[in-house]
Amino acid sequence: MNPSNNNIETQDDIGTTGHEWDGITELNYPCPRWWVWIFLGTIVWAVGYWYIYPAWPVISGDSERGGTKGVMEWTQYKQLEESQSEIFSRRAENLEKLQNTSTKDVMDMPELYEFAVVGGKSAFKENCAQCHGSGGGGAKGYPNLNDDDWLWGGSLKELSKTIKYGIRSDHKNTRNSVMPPLAAVMGKDSVTKVSRYVAGLSKGSSSTAEGAKEYKQMCSACHGVNGEGNRIFGAPKLSDGIWLYGKGDEQQIESQIKSPQHGVMPAWIDRLGEDTIKQLVVYVYSLGGGE
Amino acid sequence: MLITLGIYYLAPWIRWDRGINAPDQAILFDIPNSRAYFFFIEIWPQEVYYITGILIIAAIGLFFVTSLFGRAWCGYICPQTVWTDLFVWVERILQGDRHQRLKLDKSKFSFNKFWRLLATHLVWIIISVLTGGAWVFYFNDAPTLMLQLINQDVPWSVTGWVVALTGSTYLLAGFGREQVCNYMCPYARFQSAMFDEESLIICYDELRGEPRSARKKDSSWEGRGHCIDCKICVHVCPAGIDIRDGLQMECIACGMCIDACNNVMDKLKLPRGLVRYDTELNHKLRKENKQEAVHIFRKRTILYVSVLFITISTMLYGLINRSPIELHVLHDRNPIFVELSDSRIRNGYDIKILNKTHQDKNYKLTISGIDDLDIKIAVAGNIMGNKWFNSLPVFADSIGHFRVFLTAQKQNNARQQLIFNVEDVYTKIKENSDSIFISSLE
Repeated sequence: MNPSNNNIETQDDIGTTGHEWDGITELNYPCPRWWVWIFLGTIVWAVGYWYIYPAWPVISGDSERGGTKGVMEWTQYKQLEESQSEIFSRRAENLEKLQNTSTKDVMDMPELYEFAVVGGKSAFKENCAQCHGSGGGGAKGYPNLNDDDWLWGGSLKELSKTIKYGIRSDHKNTRNSVMPPLAAVMGKDSVTKVSRYVAGLSKGSSSTAEGAKEYKQMCSACHGVNGEGNRIFGAPKLSDGIWLYGKGDEQQIESQIKSPQHGVMPAWIDRLGEDTIKQLVVYVYSLGGGE
Repeated sequence: MLITLGIYYLAPWIRWDRGINAPDQAILFDIPNSRAYFFFIEIWPQEVYYITGILIIAAIGLFFVTSLFGRAWCGYICPQTVWTDLFVWVERILQGDRHQRLKLDKSKFSFNKFWRLLATHLVWIIISVLTGGAWVFYFNDAPTLMLQLINQDVPWSVTGWVVALTGSTYLLAGFGREQVCNYMCPYARFQSAMFDEESLIICYDELRGEPRSARKKDSSWEGRGHCIDCKICVHVCPAGIDIRDGLQMECIACGMCIDACNNVMDKLKLPRGLVRYDTELNHKLRKENKQEAVHIFRKRTILYVSVLFITISTMLYGLINRSPIELHVLHDRNPIFVELSDSRIRNGYDIKILNKTHQDKNYKLTISGIDDLDIKIAVAGNIMGNKWFNSLPVFADSIGHFRVFLTAQKQNNARQQLIFNVEDVYTKIKENSDSIFISSLE
């Protein structure tokens, strides 16, 4: 094959750029004119952009992130604030109503109730769902908020207190109680008997069964004579089928007597504020267990 | 043209009395309240299948008409054609006929040319504004919006639509014209699929017309065709084709060339119909000196009619039996059930009762499937007892939303079937919805 026939530049009237590498040359196809103009236009645009917006990362810059500020003094934070303020102002009307209404009255006002439930739901998902589950269904060690079994009470007032100050938290108003390890005091036999007795309680067996005497002596002060619990101490009800740790079998109860586990819930008042907590209270109440 | 324009401009002004709780506009797409009204029909968003039905009917109807009469839609009813004709008509009045327009176009700039062109575009724009203006009446109460428009106190969305539709009308009818049919319109492209040999199309009768040539006055018709090659049929064609070349994709079957040619034939004292509506089959038969034949009942048309019939009757059945109540029951997903301290099981449900009537209603809720069911209903934040689910209040034309808690002993079936039933307390009309009661994870 004749090499000169393969050389396009001899067949066409397009020249080369003059660049040559090992005999390979480059055809000179200039960029389309419209493309060049748009390209130049973007450069001009960019200069304007530097002037208006923060752009150059100069060391002594006076903007938020240490660069040039631009004449509009635009920052992401300002933009965030602006878009948030729009939402806040839309929310403000209902929020003000909520602040001026007692939680109890909210329950009778369909619109405000709806507002509180929706707000509470989103706050719950963000702050509470990690332990209590996204539907408030709870988990081992974390109470189910849907049922009618409350450690510290499920009324609006009690819910509010629990959420505000927490349980065994570092807030001074926190709910607090400790179950002492009782194995040493009671002795091994006694622990086994009481465990069997308590396991029976939740299944509805009679209170005269074996272990009743030991139970009355050691446990009834807090958990009640018939295992009904005591909300003042956050002492769980033992006579129902709902158990925080495990499923209410003897081994589980025994281990709780020997070395009791205690849940901790942080105080939310300083983090979430009154408004959000009010909404949370209404939401938790609405799950179906509210008293 | 007048009829279609008339329908478009006047339809939103037709009133239809629906009682105090609903708008009285006959045709209204109420977007903020998500309702659509069409005379006696009222559609909620979830009933959008009625719109699907209407679209199916429209499409099949179009296919049917096309297979019988060719592009009757394009030539007579299509808004593009109607507005183009309207714009051309304005052009003709202000700038004269085609010949004069061409001359005006070529002439140098003068006052005469200036005011004629200016006036044409002004009238076009006015028509466009009116078109866009009429469009928004379909989405708002027409008299109210008219007042708002006069007082220049309208929402930005209305302004936006008026401006957008003004622009599109002006561009499409003023400048786009047949290009829209050729390049933008999908129907023009696939309508050939609906055609067969017996569809009515615009035909040039070449047996009679050819050989064509210009004719001197009083010369004989012996040995030549009836077409005098005056090209008027080409000039009037809005799609810019020569019908004498046979059926073409661009032809919108408007019949302008037929009218033009008939006028010429009248002047020549020849029979009309050198260009006419005819079928391809007839044309072929004529060439073979056979009897012309028209079959309305063909496989294709019978198919279209039966599809049409099925769709229309299904729609009518649906509309006539449309229940004024709708009930939705949504079982809680998280948690799917709750064990209570007395070892009973509670399930939560969101129920929605749609009251599609224009009166406030009370509904009675009954739930069957489980014995000894403890029903509780939350109205706002308050758990209500028995007296409430005998008369759940739902406002006119709106949705009532209730929380229902069902508590029962643990069931043998992990998923026990339930039937929720609501009954209008006064009219006794009922509506059902199935759900389940879950009492264990198995």
